[in-house]
Amino acid sequence: MSTPYYVSPEQIWEDKKVFVDRGIEQAKEVIVLAYRDGLLMVAENPRRTLFKISEIYDRIALASTGRVSEYEALRVAGIREAEVKGYTYYREDVTGKWLTNIYSQHISAIAQGWDVKPLEIELLVCEVNGSPNTHSQIYKISFDGTYEERNQFAIIGGRAEAITEILNETYKEELELKDALQLAAKTFESIESKEAEPYQITPETIEVSCLDSTIGRRKFRRFSVDEIAEIYNHAS
Amino acid sequence: MLKPHDYATTDFLQILKSRCPEHVSDWNQLNGLQQDYPRNFLEGTTVLALVFDEGVIIAGDRQATEGYQVGERRIQKVFKIDRYTAIAVAGVAGPCFETAKLFQVQVEFYEKVEGTPLSLEGQANYLSSLVRANLSLVMQGLIVLPIFAGYDLKQQKGRIFKYDVLGGRYEEDAYYSIGSGGKDARSTLKKLFRTEMSQQAALKSIVEALWDAADEDIATGGPDLIRKIFPTLTVITKDGISDVPDETVAELFHELVTRLEHG
Repeated sequence: MSTPYYVSPEQIWEDKKVFVDRGIEQAKEVIVLAYRDGLLMVAENPRRTLFKISEIYDRIALASTGRVSEYEALRVAGIREAEVKGYTYYREDVTGKWLTNIYSQHISAIAQGWDVKPLEIELLVCEVNGSPNTHSQIYKISFDGTYEERNQFAIIGGRAEAITEILNETYKEELELKDALQLAAKTFESIESKEAEPYQITPETIEVSCLDSTIGRRKFRRFSVDEIAEIYNHAS
Repeated sequence: MLKPHDYATTDFLQILKSRCPEHVSDWNQLNGLQQDYPRNFLEGTTVLALVFDEGVIIAGDRQATEGYQVGERRIQKVFKIDRYTAIAVAGVAGPCFETAKLFQVQVEFYEKVEGTPLSLEGQANYLSSLVRANLSLVMQGLIVLPIFAGYDLKQQKGRIFKYDVLGGRYEEDAYYSIGSGGKDARSTLKKLFRTEMSQQAALKSIVEALWDAADEDIATGGPDLIRKIFPTLTVITKDGISDVPDETVAELFHELVTRLEHG
């Protein structure tokens, strides 16, 4: 009888992390910024039907990056769970923290499975008007299910750290929508530009949505290319 | 826990049935009850819809009865479904509200999962199945019937659908009204309806129809001037859906009463 190979738990975890990091490195970034009226979500995404940012429930949206098939399934599951909870109790009882926990449990269960590959995704659960203490929350969920709360801005995707460094310098609170969009676009431009060829963001190359806490029950708004162009022109 | 095989469905009722069946009413339980069981359930009556040149108006009175008593004076029978559709429900209040709530959640659920709104026809068809789900209630003499109205962005006009208790779906091209005062309201609308009528004319006709229904039918509530309760009037056009403010409805009733008094 042969002895099974011993692999230390640390090694197993390290291997998974390396595997996921390699996938996420390729993933396009999504920037979520708190602005005056709520949260602005911007992704570099020229596609017009495959979105990275979506509505989940009245005050909650999801931004995701990585493998489309994997986060798409989680998006639909999130809507379903939220609708069931809201139908059972009350619409306001559906919160970002609750949804984040559901995602976290699910993602970590998969990451800990010995016979399945971890999900190569990162998620941002975005919420406005969730708590009397803050006007918006962002929960960043990693491949292993760990999550953290952010209140000003959060980034997912391959170059999240580099973008965070830029925004640490440039982000201001209480920005207007147009200025927040301009800031996100500028950030994408600066990270994409190489010395020889400056990179230009146009309304066709980005996906923009927001959670506007000032509008009716459904706070989520997805901007069309024309609307993005209009906000953009106002800013410059 | 999340299961991948449920990801595909866009039918919220199916999800609810599999996840928490206790939240889906099983009206078959009623079949064991004696026919003479006291059945003074809260019931809502007259609702109506009328097409005008820029869209459609859907409306209802605010009263619900319990047998020969007034059960509720401020009940809402008109429910917004999405940006361009609404339903008004007549019949036993409990199941009416459940049907409306379920329908609204379903339409929004579909829109979010698919990323595009459910078409007007799609909504009208889905409502058929919700009406049919209440069939065992009907067998007990407890009726739940909706009118569905919406603005069709493709055809650029207001549309009205009526239903029968077996889930049959029929389109009306001008107006319709159901509930105990429905026939009276319908007679008034029949006389006042004009093709391509203005929104103002349509609002006036609806107020008159509701007045006539309340005049003839004891279960239909008229405007309550003391408690300041007025029927719900909801207007749907290409610009979306909005309620007519109470002050405007009050003004319309005031004009009507003045006209009736002075001939």
